[in-house]
Amino acid sequence: MALLTCEHLSLGYEGHEIVHDLNFKVNAGDYLCIVGENGSGKSTLMRTILGLQPPLGGSVMTGDGLSRNEIGYLPQQTVVQRDFPASVQEIVLSGCQNRMGFRPFYGREEKRIAKENMEKLGLTQLAHRCYRELSGGQQQRVLLARALCATQTLLLLDEPVAGLDPKVTAEMYDIIATLHRHGVTVIMISHDVDAALRYATHILHVGKQLYFGKRDDYLQSEAGKLFLLQQEGGASE
Amino acid sequence: MMEKLVWYLTQPYVQYALIVGVLIALCSSLLGVTLVLKRFSFIGDGLSHVAFGAMAIAAVLNLTNNMLLILPVTMLCAVLLLRTGQNTRIKGDAAVAMISVASLAFGYMLMNVFPSSSNVSRDVCTTLFGSSSILTLSRDKVWLCAALSVIVVILFIFFYNKIFSVTFDEAFARATGTKAGAYNLLLAIIIAVIIVLAMNLVGSLLISALVIFPALSAMRVFRSFKRVTVCAAILSVVCALIGILVSILAGTPVGSTIVAVDIVAFAACWLVGLVRGGQHT
Repeated sequence: MALLTCEHLSLGYEGHEIVHDLNFKVNAGDYLCIVGENGSGKSTLMRTILGLQPPLGGSVMTGDGLSRNEIGYLPQQTVVQRDFPASVQEIVLSGCQNRMGFRPFYGREEKRIAKENMEKLGLTQLAHRCYRELSGGQQQRVLLARALCATQTLLLLDEPVAGLDPKVTAEMYDIIATLHRHGVTVIMISHDVDAALRYATHILHVGKQLYFGKRDDYLQSEAGKLFLLQQEGGASE
Repeated sequence: MMEKLVWYLTQPYVQYALIVGVLIALCSSLLGVTLVLKRFSFIGDGLSHVAFGAMAIAAVLNLTNNMLLILPVTMLCAVLLLRTGQNTRIKGDAAVAMISVASLAFGYMLMNVFPSSSNVSRDVCTTLFGSSSILTLSRDKVWLCAALSVIVVILFIFFYNKIFSVTFDEAFARATGTKAGAYNLLLAIIIAVIIVLAMNLVGSLLISALVIFPALSAMRVFRSFKRVTVCAAILSVVCALIGILVSILAGTPVGSTIVAVDIVAFAACWLVGLVRGGQHT
Protein backbone atom coordinates (compact mmCIF):
# COMPACT_ATOMS: atom_id res chain seq x y z
CA MET A 1 0.00 0.00 0.00
CA ALA A 2 1.34 3.42 -0.91
CA LEU A 3 1.54 6.32 1.52
CA LEU A 4 -0.50 8.48 -0.80
CA THR A 5 -2.61 7.46 -3.76
CA CYS A 6 -4.38 9.87 -6.11
CA GLU A 7 -6.82 8.34 -8.54
CA HIS A 8 -8.58 9.99 -11.48
CA LEU A 9 -8.13 13.30 -9.77
CA SER A 10 -9.49 16.39 -11.46
CA LEU A 11 -8.64 19.74 -9.96
CA GLY A 12 -9.81 23.30 -10.24
CA TYR A 13 -11.83 26.11 -8.79
CA GLU A 14 -15.59 26.55 -8.86
CA GLY A 15 -16.21 23.99 -11.56
CA HIS A 16 -13.42 25.30 -13.78
CA GLU A 17 -11.18 22.33 -14.42
CA ILE A 18 -7.42 22.84 -14.67
CA VAL A 19 -6.14 19.30 -14.39
CA HIS A 20 -7.96 16.22 -15.65
CA ASP A 21 -7.56 12.56 -14.73
CA LEU A 22 -4.41 12.69 -12.66
CA ASN A 23 -3.08 9.40 -11.30
CA PHE A 24 -0.06 8.89 -9.13
CA LYS A 25 1.25 7.09 -6.08
CA VAL A 26 3.82 8.01 -3.51
CA ASN A 27 5.53 5.16 -1.68
CA ALA A 28 7.48 5.39 1.55
CA GLY A 29 10.98 6.67 0.83
CA ASP A 30 10.12 8.47 -2.41
CA TYR A 31 11.20 12.03 -3.21
CA LEU A 32 8.60 13.37 -5.60
CA CYS A 33 9.00 16.68 -7.35
CA ILE A 34 5.95 18.35 -8.83
CA VAL A 35 6.91 20.59 -11.74
CA GLY A 36 4.94 22.54 -14.32
CA GLU A 37 4.28 26.01 -15.69
CA ASN A 38 2.76 28.75 -13.57
CA GLY A 39 -0.97 28.33 -13.21
CA SER A 40 -0.85 24.69 -14.21
CA GLY A 41 -2.42 23.60 -10.94
CA LYS A 42 0.58 22.66 -8.82
CA SER A 43 -0.58 24.58 -5.77
CA THR A 44 -4.17 23.46 -6.28
CA LEU A 45 -2.95 19.87 -6.27
CA MET A 46 -1.10 20.46 -3.03
CA ARG A 47 -4.11 22.08 -1.40
CA THR A 48 -6.24 19.15 -2.51
CA ILE A 49 -3.80 16.60 -1.10
CA LEU A 50 -3.88 18.45 2.21
CA GLY A 51 -7.66 18.53 2.24
CA LEU A 52 -7.80 22.33 2.13
CA GLN A 53 -10.07 22.17 -0.88
CA PRO A 54 -12.18 19.35 -2.32
CA PRO A 55 -11.24 17.76 -5.64
CA LEU A 56 -13.67 18.22 -8.53
CA GLY A 57 -13.51 14.47 -9.06
CA GLY A 58 -11.48 11.42 -8.15
CA SER A 59 -9.96 10.66 -4.79
CA VAL A 60 -6.94 11.21 -2.57
CA MET A 61 -6.18 8.33 -0.21
CA THR A 62 -3.57 7.85 2.43
CA GLY A 63 -2.29 4.43 3.41
CA ASP A 64 0.32 2.63 5.50
CA GLY A 65 -1.28 3.91 8.67
CA LEU A 66 -0.72 7.54 7.69
CA SER A 67 -3.66 9.69 8.64
CA ARG A 68 -4.64 12.72 6.62
CA ASN A 69 -3.65 15.18 9.34
CA GLU A 70 -0.18 13.71 9.77
CA ILE A 71 1.25 15.32 6.66
CA GLY A 72 3.92 17.88 7.47
CA TYR A 73 3.24 20.94 5.36
CA LEU A 74 5.65 23.73 4.52
CA PRO A 75 3.48 26.49 3.07
CA GLN A 76 4.63 29.57 1.26
CA GLN A 77 4.96 32.56 3.56
CA THR A 78 1.92 34.73 4.04
CA VAL A 79 1.69 38.47 4.61
CA VAL A 80 0.38 37.88 8.13
CA GLN A 81 3.55 36.05 9.13
CA ARG A 82 5.95 38.72 8.01
CA ASP A 83 5.42 40.92 11.07
CA PHE A 84 4.03 38.34 13.46
CA PRO A 85 5.39 38.59 17.00
CA ALA A 86 6.18 34.98 17.83
CA SER A 87 9.26 33.20 19.09
CA VAL A 88 10.81 30.32 17.16
CA GLN A 89 9.86 27.94 19.94
CA GLU A 90 6.21 28.96 19.90
CA ILE A 91 5.98 28.36 16.17
CA VAL A 92 7.75 25.00 16.21
CA LEU A 93 5.56 23.83 19.10
CA SER A 94 2.43 24.73 17.17
CA GLY A 95 3.35 21.91 14.77
CA CYS A 96 2.40 19.47 17.54
CA GLN A 97 -1.18 20.69 17.46
CA ASN A 98 -2.43 17.63 15.55
CA ARG A 99 -1.60 15.30 18.43
CA MET A 100 -3.31 17.51 21.01
CA GLY A 101 -6.99 16.75 20.48
CA PHE A 102 -8.85 18.79 23.07
CA ARG A 103 -5.93 19.08 25.47
CA PRO A 104 -5.32 22.80 25.91
CA PHE A 105 -1.62 22.91 26.81
CA TYR A 106 1.53 21.29 25.46
CA GLY A 107 2.95 18.52 27.62
CA ARG A 108 6.43 17.15 28.11
CA GLU A 109 6.18 14.93 25.03
CA GLU A 110 5.35 17.83 22.70
CA LYS A 111 8.15 19.94 24.14
CA ARG A 112 10.58 17.07 23.60
CA ILE A 113 9.52 16.67 19.97
CA ALA A 114 9.85 20.40 19.34
CA LYS A 115 13.28 20.50 20.97
CA GLU A 116 14.45 17.51 18.94
CA ASN A 117 13.37 19.06 15.66
CA MET A 118 14.90 22.42 16.52
CA GLU A 119 18.19 20.62 17.18
CA LYS A 120 17.86 18.73 13.91
CA LEU A 121 17.59 21.98 11.97
CA GLY A 122 20.14 23.93 14.00
CA LEU A 123 17.61 26.27 15.58
CA THR A 124 18.39 25.65 19.25
CA GLN A 125 20.34 28.89 19.54
CA LEU A 126 17.45 30.80 18.02
CA ALA A 127 14.69 29.26 20.15
CA HIS A 128 13.77 32.51 21.88
CA ARG A 129 14.38 34.83 18.98
CA CYS A 130 11.51 36.55 17.23
CA TYR A 131 10.44 34.98 13.96
CA ARG A 132 10.16 38.24 12.04
CA GLU A 133 13.76 39.18 12.84
CA LEU A 134 15.22 36.07 11.24
CA SER A 135 16.65 35.79 7.74
CA GLY A 136 14.60 34.16 4.99
CA GLY A 137 16.55 30.91 5.23
CA GLN A 138 16.19 30.76 9.01
CA GLN A 139 12.45 31.37 8.73
CA GLN A 140 12.09 28.49 6.28
CA ARG A 141 14.01 26.25 8.70
CA VAL A 142 11.61 27.24 11.48
CA LEU A 143 8.60 26.33 9.34
CA LEU A 144 10.29 23.09 8.34
CA ALA A 145 10.87 22.21 12.00
CA ARG A 146 7.20 22.89 12.64
CA ALA A 147 6.24 20.60 9.74
CA LEU A 148 8.48 17.87 11.19
CA CYS A 149 6.63 18.16 14.50
CA ALA A 150 3.44 17.29 12.65
CA THR A 151 4.83 14.22 10.89
CA GLN A 152 7.48 11.54 10.93
CA THR A 153 6.65 10.19 7.51
CA LEU A 154 5.51 12.59 4.83
CA LEU A 155 6.54 16.18 4.10
CA LEU A 156 4.82 18.44 1.58
CA LEU A 157 6.92 21.42 0.57
CA ASP A 158 5.45 24.29 -1.41
CA GLU A 159 8.29 26.14 -3.17
CA PRO A 160 10.64 25.79 -0.21
CA VAL A 161 13.38 27.93 -1.74
CA ALA A 162 11.27 30.78 -3.13
CA GLY A 163 12.96 34.09 -2.42
CA LEU A 164 16.16 32.61 -0.99
CA ASP A 165 19.61 33.48 -2.28
CA PRO A 166 21.70 30.76 -4.04
CA LYS A 167 23.79 29.85 -1.01
CA VAL A 168 20.81 29.48 1.31
CA THR A 169 18.90 27.66 -1.43
CA ALA A 170 21.66 25.05 -1.62
CA GLU A 171 21.60 24.69 2.18
CA MET A 172 17.85 24.22 2.13
CA TYR A 173 18.09 21.48 -0.54
CA ASP A 174 20.79 19.82 1.53
CA ILE A 175 18.59 19.80 4.60
CA ILE A 176 15.70 18.30 2.65
CA ALA A 177 18.00 15.68 1.10
CA THR A 178 19.30 14.77 4.56
CA LEU A 179 15.76 14.38 5.89
CA HIS A 180 14.96 12.19 2.90
CA ARG A 181 18.00 9.99 3.58
CA HIS A 182 16.75 9.55 7.13
CA GLY A 183 13.53 8.06 5.89
CA VAL A 184 11.17 11.00 5.41
CA THR A 185 9.10 10.83 2.25
CA VAL A 186 9.15 14.16 0.43
CA ILE A 187 6.75 15.79 -2.00
CA MET A 188 8.02 19.12 -3.26
CA ILE A 189 6.59 21.71 -5.59
CA SER A 190 9.38 23.43 -7.42
CA HIS A 191 10.05 25.94 -10.15
CA ASP A 192 13.62 24.78 -10.16
CA VAL A 193 13.75 21.89 -12.63
CA ASP A 194 17.51 21.43 -12.21
CA ALA A 195 17.10 20.81 -8.51
CA ALA A 196 14.12 18.56 -9.15
CA LEU A 197 16.20 16.41 -11.48
CA ARG A 198 19.14 16.36 -9.09
CA TYR A 199 17.33 15.33 -5.93
CA ALA A 200 14.05 13.67 -6.82
CA THR A 201 13.43 9.98 -7.35
CA HIS A 202 10.12 10.64 -9.10
CA ILE A 203 8.71 13.50 -11.15
CA LEU A 204 5.11 14.58 -11.56
CA HIS A 205 4.60 17.03 -14.39
CA VAL A 206 1.35 18.94 -14.23
CA GLY A 207 0.13 20.89 -17.23
CA LYS A 208 -1.30 20.29 -20.66
CA GLN A 209 0.66 17.06 -20.78
CA LEU A 210 0.73 14.98 -17.66
CA TYR A 211 3.65 12.85 -16.70
CA PHE A 212 4.30 10.71 -13.68
CA GLY A 213 7.18 8.30 -13.26
CA LYS A 214 10.82 7.80 -12.38
CA ARG A 215 13.12 10.75 -12.76
CA ASP A 216 15.31 9.17 -15.43
CA ASP A 217 12.34 8.30 -17.62
CA TYR A 218 11.09 11.87 -17.41
CA LEU A 219 13.99 13.13 -19.51
CA GLN A 220 12.93 10.79 -22.32
CA SER A 221 9.22 11.63 -22.09
CA GLU A 222 7.36 14.06 -24.36
CA ALA A 223 6.33 16.31 -21.46
CA GLY A 224 9.83 16.34 -20.03
CA LYS A 225 11.63 17.14 -23.28
CA LEU A 226 9.25 19.92 -24.12
CA PHE A 227 9.36 21.45 -20.66
CA LEU A 228 13.14 21.36 -20.40
CA LEU A 229 13.43 22.96 -23.81
CA GLN A 230 11.09 25.77 -22.73
CA GLN A 231 13.01 26.27 -19.49
CA GLU A 232 16.32 26.53 -21.34
CA GLY A 233 14.77 28.91 -23.83
CA GLY A 234 13.45 30.98 -20.93
CA ALA A 235 16.81 31.00 -19.19
CA SER A 236 18.80 32.11 -22.22
CA GLU A 237 16.44 34.95 -23.08
CA MET B 1 -7.12 65.14 46.24
CA MET B 2 -6.16 61.86 47.90
CA GLU B 3 -9.08 62.20 50.29
CA LYS B 4 -11.44 62.84 47.42
CA LEU B 5 -10.15 59.73 45.65
CA VAL B 6 -10.50 57.57 48.75
CA TRP B 7 -14.01 58.85 49.27
CA TYR B 8 -14.92 57.98 45.70
CA LEU B 9 -13.43 54.51 46.03
CA THR B 10 -15.80 53.70 48.88
CA GLN B 11 -18.80 54.50 46.69
CA PRO B 12 -20.45 51.36 45.25
CA TYR B 13 -21.07 52.92 41.82
CA VAL B 14 -17.38 53.73 41.47
CA GLN B 15 -16.45 50.23 42.58
CA TYR B 16 -18.83 48.75 40.00
CA ALA B 17 -17.36 50.94 37.29
CA LEU B 18 -13.83 49.86 38.19
CA ILE B 19 -14.70 46.16 38.24
CA VAL B 20 -16.52 46.28 34.93
CA GLY B 21 -13.89 48.51 33.37
CA VAL B 22 -11.04 46.22 34.31
CA LEU B 23 -12.83 43.10 33.10
CA ILE B 24 -13.82 44.62 29.78
CA ALA B 25 -10.35 46.04 29.21
CA LEU B 26 -8.86 42.62 29.94
CA CYS B 27 -11.12 40.77 27.49
CA SER B 28 -10.82 43.25 24.67
CA SER B 29 -7.04 43.35 24.83
CA LEU B 30 -6.74 39.55 24.83
CA LEU B 31 -8.70 39.25 21.63
CA GLY B 32 -7.14 42.41 20.23
CA VAL B 33 -3.81 40.70 19.60
CA THR B 34 -5.44 38.07 17.42
CA LEU B 35 -7.65 40.56 15.62
CA VAL B 36 -4.78 42.87 14.76
CA LEU B 37 -2.59 40.02 13.56
CA LYS B 38 -5.36 38.49 11.46
CA ARG B 39 -5.97 41.89 9.87
CA PHE B 40 -9.43 41.95 11.39
CA SER B 41 -9.10 45.21 13.37
CA PHE B 42 -11.78 46.78 11.27
CA ILE B 43 -14.36 44.13 12.04
CA GLY B 44 -14.43 45.32 15.64
CA ASP B 45 -15.33 48.78 14.41
CA GLY B 46 -18.03 47.51 12.10
CA LEU B 47 -19.56 45.34 14.79
CA SER B 48 -19.71 48.19 17.26
CA HIS B 49 -21.90 50.08 14.80
CA VAL B 50 -24.08 47.04 14.45
CA ALA B 51 -24.42 46.99 18.22
CA PHE B 52 -25.44 50.65 18.08
CA GLY B 53 -28.19 49.88 15.57
CA ALA B 54 -29.38 46.96 17.66
CA MET B 55 -29.45 49.13 20.74
CA ALA B 56 -31.65 51.64 18.93
CA ILE B 57 -34.07 48.89 17.97
CA ALA B 58 -34.10 47.63 21.54
CA ALA B 59 -34.90 51.15 22.76
CA VAL B 60 -37.77 51.48 20.29
CA LEU B 61 -39.18 48.11 21.30
CA ASN B 62 -38.89 49.24 24.91
CA LEU B 63 -37.04 46.13 25.97
CA THR B 64 -36.15 46.16 29.65
CA ASN B 65 -33.01 44.15 29.08
CA ASN B 66 -31.59 45.36 25.77
CA MET B 67 -28.67 42.87 25.96
CA LEU B 68 -31.07 40.13 24.91
CA LEU B 69 -31.40 41.72 21.49
CA ILE B 70 -28.00 43.37 21.05
CA LEU B 71 -25.93 40.28 21.83
CA PRO B 72 -27.50 37.86 19.33
CA VAL B 73 -27.71 40.46 16.54
CA THR B 74 -24.04 41.41 16.96
CA MET B 75 -23.00 37.75 17.12
CA LEU B 76 -24.87 37.01 13.92
CA CYS B 77 -23.18 39.88 12.10
CA ALA B 78 -19.77 38.83 13.45
CA VAL B 79 -20.24 35.35 12.04
CA LEU B 80 -21.43 36.70 8.69
CA LEU B 81 -18.53 39.16 8.41
CA LEU B 82 -15.87 36.56 9.21
CA ARG B 83 -17.45 34.22 6.66
CA THR B 84 -17.21 36.72 3.81
CA GLY B 85 -13.73 37.73 4.90
CA GLN B 86 -12.50 34.18 4.34
CA ASN B 87 -13.39 33.93 0.69
CA THR B 88 -12.14 37.19 -0.72
CA ARG B 89 -10.52 39.98 1.19
CA ILE B 90 -11.98 42.88 -0.81
CA LYS B 91 -15.56 41.66 -0.51
CA GLY B 92 -15.09 41.25 3.24
CA ASP B 93 -13.76 44.78 3.48
CA ALA B 94 -16.69 46.25 1.64
CA ALA B 95 -19.12 44.13 3.63
CA VAL B 96 -17.77 45.54 6.89
CA ALA B 97 -18.11 49.11 5.66
CA MET B 98 -21.59 48.44 4.33
CA ILE B 99 -22.98 46.82 7.44
CA SER B 100 -21.40 49.35 9.75
CA VAL B 101 -22.71 52.50 8.07
CA ALA B 102 -26.08 50.92 7.38
CA SER B 103 -26.66 50.10 11.04
CA LEU B 104 -25.35 53.48 12.13
CA ALA B 105 -27.77 55.30 9.83
CA PHE B 106 -30.65 53.00 10.67
CA GLY B 107 -30.02 53.26 14.39
CA TYR B 108 -29.88 57.05 14.34
CA MET B 109 -33.03 57.27 12.28
CA LEU B 110 -34.92 54.95 14.61
CA MET B 111 -33.83 56.93 17.63
CA ASN B 112 -35.16 60.11 16.05
CA VAL B 113 -38.43 58.69 14.72
CA PHE B 114 -39.29 56.90 17.96
CA PRO B 115 -37.61 59.00 20.64
CA SER B 116 -37.49 57.19 23.97
CA SER B 117 -36.71 60.34 25.89
CA SER B 118 -37.02 64.08 25.34
CA ASN B 119 -33.34 64.59 24.54
CA VAL B 120 -32.50 62.49 21.50
CA SER B 121 -29.10 63.97 20.76
CA ARG B 122 -27.95 63.28 24.30
CA ASP B 123 -29.10 59.66 23.99
CA VAL B 124 -27.26 59.25 20.71
CA CYS B 125 -24.14 60.82 22.13
CA THR B 126 -24.32 58.50 25.12
CA THR B 127 -24.52 55.39 22.97
CA LEU B 128 -21.76 56.55 20.66
CA PHE B 129 -19.28 57.86 23.20
CA GLY B 130 -20.28 56.05 26.37
CA SER B 131 -20.53 59.25 28.44
CA SER B 132 -21.14 58.58 32.11
CA SER B 133 -23.30 55.48 31.75
CA ILE B 134 -20.62 53.35 33.32
CA LEU B 135 -21.13 55.16 36.60
CA THR B 136 -24.82 54.36 36.61
CA LEU B 137 -24.51 50.60 36.12
CA SER B 138 -27.08 48.47 37.89
CA ARG B 139 -26.04 45.51 39.98
CA ASP B 140 -27.51 43.07 37.44
CA LYS B 141 -25.49 44.53 34.63
CA VAL B 142 -22.29 44.34 36.67
CA TRP B 143 -22.94 40.65 37.29
CA LEU B 144 -23.70 40.02 33.62
CA CYS B 145 -20.50 41.81 32.58
CA ALA B 146 -18.46 39.93 35.15
CA ALA B 147 -19.87 36.54 34.19
CA LEU B 148 -19.40 37.07 30.45
CA SER B 149 -15.86 38.40 30.93
CA VAL B 150 -14.85 35.44 33.05
CA ILE B 151 -16.20 33.09 30.38
CA VAL B 152 -14.27 34.94 27.68
CA VAL B 153 -11.02 34.81 29.68
CA ILE B 154 -11.43 31.09 30.42
CA LEU B 155 -12.18 30.30 26.78
CA PHE B 156 -9.17 32.30 25.70
CA ILE B 157 -6.80 30.55 28.08
CA PHE B 158 -8.21 27.13 27.25
CA PHE B 159 -7.88 27.62 23.50
CA TYR B 160 -4.76 29.80 23.66
CA ASN B 161 -2.49 27.41 21.75
CA LYS B 162 -5.11 26.68 19.13
CA ILE B 163 -5.83 30.36 18.65
CA PHE B 164 -2.10 30.91 18.18
CA SER B 165 -1.76 28.27 15.49
CA VAL B 166 -4.88 29.38 13.63
CA THR B 167 -3.76 33.01 13.77
CA PHE B 168 -0.20 32.34 12.69
CA ASP B 169 -0.96 30.00 9.82
CA GLU B 170 -4.51 28.98 9.06
CA ALA B 171 -3.56 26.77 6.10
CA PHE B 172 -1.09 24.76 8.15
CA ALA B 173 -3.51 24.48 11.05
CA ARG B 174 -6.24 23.17 8.79
CA ALA B 175 -3.90 20.80 6.97
CA THR B 176 -2.87 19.22 10.26
CA GLY B 177 -6.44 18.70 11.34
CA THR B 178 -7.26 21.77 13.45
CA LYS B 179 -10.82 22.81 12.79
CA ALA B 180 -9.93 26.37 11.84
CA GLY B 181 -13.49 27.16 10.80
CA ALA B 182 -14.79 26.30 14.27
CA TYR B 183 -12.17 28.47 15.93
CA ASN B 184 -12.93 31.38 13.63
CA LEU B 185 -16.57 31.00 14.62
CA LEU B 186 -15.62 30.95 18.28
CA LEU B 187 -13.50 34.07 17.77
CA ALA B 188 -16.38 35.83 16.03
CA ILE B 189 -18.74 35.07 18.90
CA ILE B 190 -16.24 36.16 21.54
CA ILE B 191 -15.58 39.39 19.64
CA ALA B 192 -19.29 40.12 19.52
CA VAL B 193 -19.63 39.53 23.27
CA ILE B 194 -16.69 41.80 24.02
CA ILE B 195 -18.00 44.58 21.84
CA VAL B 196 -21.42 44.52 23.43
CA LEU B 197 -19.79 44.59 26.87
CA ALA B 198 -17.39 47.35 25.92
CA MET B 199 -20.23 49.50 24.68
CA ASN B 200 -21.12 50.12 28.33
CA LEU B 201 -17.64 51.35 29.02
CA VAL B 202 -16.51 53.50 26.12
CA GLY B 203 -19.49 53.72 23.79
CA SER B 204 -19.72 52.17 20.37
CA LEU B 205 -17.45 54.57 18.46
CA LEU B 206 -14.46 54.09 20.72
CA ILE B 207 -14.49 50.31 21.17
CA SER B 208 -11.93 49.69 18.46
CA ALA B 209 -9.43 51.75 20.42
CA LEU B 210 -9.83 49.43 23.39
CA VAL B 211 -9.26 46.42 21.15
CA ILE B 212 -6.42 47.72 19.01
CA PHE B 213 -4.24 50.03 21.09
CA PRO B 214 -3.06 47.63 23.81
CA ALA B 215 -2.18 45.00 21.19
CA LEU B 216 -0.27 47.45 19.02
CA SER B 217 1.53 48.92 22.03
CA ALA B 218 2.61 45.50 23.26
CA MET B 219 3.79 44.55 19.77
CA ARG B 220 6.17 47.51 19.74
CA VAL B 221 7.98 46.21 22.80
CA PHE B 222 7.73 42.42 22.90
CA ARG B 223 8.59 39.75 20.40
CA SER B 224 6.83 36.58 21.41
CA PHE B 225 3.13 35.89 21.20
CA LYS B 226 2.79 35.03 24.87
CA ARG B 227 4.58 38.15 26.06
CA VAL B 228 2.64 40.36 23.67
CA THR B 229 -0.63 38.91 24.92
CA VAL B 230 0.27 39.26 28.61
CA CYS B 231 1.64 42.76 28.13
CA ALA B 232 -1.43 43.87 26.18
CA ALA B 233 -3.67 42.58 28.95
CA ILE B 234 -1.74 44.32 31.73
CA LEU B 235 -1.42 47.53 29.76
CA SER B 236 -5.11 47.59 28.93
CA VAL B 237 -6.17 47.00 32.55
CA VAL B 238 -3.83 49.67 33.89
CA CYS B 239 -4.94 52.19 31.28
CA ALA B 240 -8.60 51.49 32.03
CA LEU B 241 -8.03 51.98 35.77
CA ILE B 242 -6.13 55.22 35.29
CA GLY B 243 -8.69 56.43 32.76
CA ILE B 244 -11.67 55.78 35.01
CA LEU B 245 -10.04 57.41 38.04
CA VAL B 246 -8.91 60.45 36.08
CA SER B 247 -12.35 60.87 34.57
CA ILE B 248 -13.96 60.75 38.01
CA LEU B 249 -11.55 63.27 39.49
CA ALA B 250 -11.40 65.60 36.50
CA GLY B 251 -14.99 65.19 35.39
CA THR B 252 -14.07 64.14 31.85
CA PRO B 253 -16.08 61.55 29.87
CA VAL B 254 -15.01 58.02 30.87
CA GLY B 255 -14.67 56.48 27.41
CA SER B 256 -12.55 59.11 25.78
CA THR B 257 -10.34 59.45 28.87
CA ILE B 258 -9.53 55.72 28.79
CA VAL B 259 -8.75 55.92 25.10
CA ALA B 260 -6.55 58.97 25.68
CA VAL B 261 -4.57 57.04 28.31
CA ASP B 262 -4.28 54.14 25.84
CA ILE B 263 -2.86 56.50 23.24
CA VAL B 264 -0.29 57.87 25.69
CA ALA B 265 0.71 54.29 26.54
CA PHE B 266 1.05 53.52 22.85
CA ALA B 267 3.35 56.50 22.34
CA ALA B 268 5.47 55.38 25.29
CA CYS B 269 5.72 51.82 23.95
CA TRP B 270 6.58 53.11 20.52
CA LEU B 271 9.49 55.08 22.00
CA VAL B 272 10.67 52.06 23.97
CA GLY B 273 10.48 50.01 20.80
CA LEU B 274 12.55 52.58 18.91
CA VAL B 275 15.26 52.65 21.56
CA ARG B 276 15.36 48.86 21.79
CA GLY B 277 15.33 48.41 18.03
CA GLY B 278 18.31 50.73 17.82
CA GLN B 279 20.22 48.54 20.25
CA HIS B 280 19.48 45.32 18.40
CA THR B 281 20.78 46.31 15.02
